[in-house]
Amino acid sequence: MAASTDVRRRLFVTLIGFGALTFAVMLVAPLAGSTPIHLSRVFERSIPFADNVDAQVFFVARLPRVIAAALVGAGLALSGVVFQGLLRNPLASPDTLGVAAGATLGAMLALTAHADFTLLGISVVPLTSFAGTLGALAIVMAISLARRRGTSSTVLLLAGIAIGALLSAAGRFIQYFADVTDTFKTVQWLLGSLDVGSYAPILASLVPFGIACIGFCMLPRVLDLISLGEDAAEARGVDVVRMERIALVSASLSTGAAVSLGGPVYFVGIIVPHIVRLIVGADHRLVLPASALFGASFLIVCDLIARTIIAPVEMPVGIITAIIGGPFFLWLLFRGR
Amino acid sequence: MSAGLRARGLGLILGLALSLEPVALAQAKRVISVIPSTTEMLFAMGAGDRVIAIGTYDKFPPEAQKLPRVGALVDPNVERILQMRPDLVVVYDTQTELKRRLERANIPYYSYSHQGLGDIFSTIRSLSMRVGVAPAGEALASRLEREIAGIRAKVAGRPRPSTLVVMGREPGSLRNVYASGGVGFLHDMLEAAGGSDSLGDIHRQSVDVSNEMVLARAPEVIIELRYTNEAINAADLDVWNRLPAVPAVRNHRVIVLTGDEFVVPGPRVADAIEKIARAVHPEAFK
Repeated sequence: MAASTDVRRRLFVTLIGFGALTFAVMLVAPLAGSTPIHLSRVFERSIPFADNVDAQVFFVARLPRVIAAALVGAGLALSGVVFQGLLRNPLASPDTLGVAAGATLGAMLALTAHADFTLLGISVVPLTSFAGTLGALAIVMAISLARRRGTSSTVLLLAGIAIGALLSAAGRFIQYFADVTDTFKTVQWLLGSLDVGSYAPILASLVPFGIACIGFCMLPRVLDLISLGEDAAEARGVDVVRMERIALVSASLSTGAAVSLGGPVYFVGIIVPHIVRLIVGADHRLVLPASALFGASFLIVCDLIARTIIAPVEMPVGIITAIIGGPFFLWLLFRGR
Repeated sequence: MSAGLRARGLGLILGLALSLEPVALAQAKRVISVIPSTTEMLFAMGAGDRVIAIGTYDKFPPEAQKLPRVGALVDPNVERILQMRPDLVVVYDTQTELKRRLERANIPYYSYSHQGLGDIFSTIRSLSMRVGVAPAGEALASRLEREIAGIRAKVAGRPRPSTLVVMGREPGSLRNVYASGGVGFLHDMLEAAGGSDSLGDIHRQSVDVSNEMVLARAPEVIIELRYTNEAINAADLDVWNRLPAVPAVRNHRVIVLTGDEFVVPGPRVADAIEKIARAVHPEAFK
């Protein structure tokens, strides 16, 4: 009972701490940028929206961008936690099972084929990118279904690497036959961008993110037990194979939604879970919510830096995530030694 | 004069000096060009009958399309090129490996690179000298210079609207928009066409443009370039309506220009500039 109260207290402190950080960052980020805007003008109702540049900078350019960064950061961080816990491998990341490679392949196909259609206000590239995710997920599921009890998680990991390599090779094959201008567009997409410019892709991504979150809610205790070994987990009554499937689907949907929304923003999914574990410990009841909040804050801050540091031009956000995340991670690793 | 310009000037002088050597003066009869712009230049200067192979992406002129293709900028088929026994290969300056292998095979090459509009004329002149059709090259370069001067004269004295030249974006959205910056031949073409580059202060050929930047720069004209003749989806242009404060959007001056001449700095440049000028200054061409 005392232990349970202690966890509840730590969860409360964790949620308050990381929640406050995320709230503060979300509040400040839309106000800062390469263009000076006046908050009073943003909410000035006497100026029609069509003529109000400050309001459009705030509501069309910055706010969707901050929300997208929060979702992508949280989604990638959660996927990273789940893949690292499930595969018991600290190097696992959202792309370990090739889901991000599937999303990339989908985007490349649309860009190279000059596909041009929208569905419910969502443009073709996020749609095909998410379709690529589902394709990769289907392969992962087939492997998971074929996996018998006793097959090590290493097999799943290696299968994932093989799927990722295969899908990446398919992408390069398409690139090889693409026109120079199409190749340039693909390179742009591969750099990742959170400048979504409308709320439609954000709203659409909430569906897979929502389904993934239901799965994530079932996982904290299971991941803790799996970290002791699958046999130990099974001995404590965990249906390992079933929970593994739930974990795979949730993490893959979350990764796919994140990559479709922001492009492949690397590094967040692998580094954030480690940073959070160094702060709150290994208990997944704390690690999962803290990673979601810290991943969101981290990517919002990285994107803020990316869009202001060399203003008026912007830097790809993936460069900032690596530059900030790498040294910070090293500092955390060695600070107590 | 900047160090870069001085270095380029020195390179040009050295290049001309080298071209005066006896070997270089020999007429080229079997030319391979793997770059779209030089392929177009060779045909436009009347040396098309000397071209024996072209690059993968060379789509113009139509009479070149029957020729065999030997790769392109990043993937030249060296074996095929050597096998065809050319007496001149026109390469891009960054194709260092191809140049090394041509040197080893003792096959002469003409190395080309472009930065701005002026490079098109200087390349036409020096390439025509190298191939042995100097008078035709001079005539072509002079004609293009005259045509462009004519366009400049037509738009001279008119207000120069701030113009954003969008080179690409994700279809159906304003994501991953990239536009011409303050250097390069697209920038030079826009200036010649009487537009003021809304990204003119950014000294890069290509700039990633965020929604915020479009709002901040407030261009009066937006030109979207499309490189294929596929039908334009009208709904695709509606995405600009998400930024109604931008003068170009408010005044319905988002214009699509189609054609690969906008990405090929070759002899169709005067036509491309005229298309831009008609978009920026329609009243000057009535």
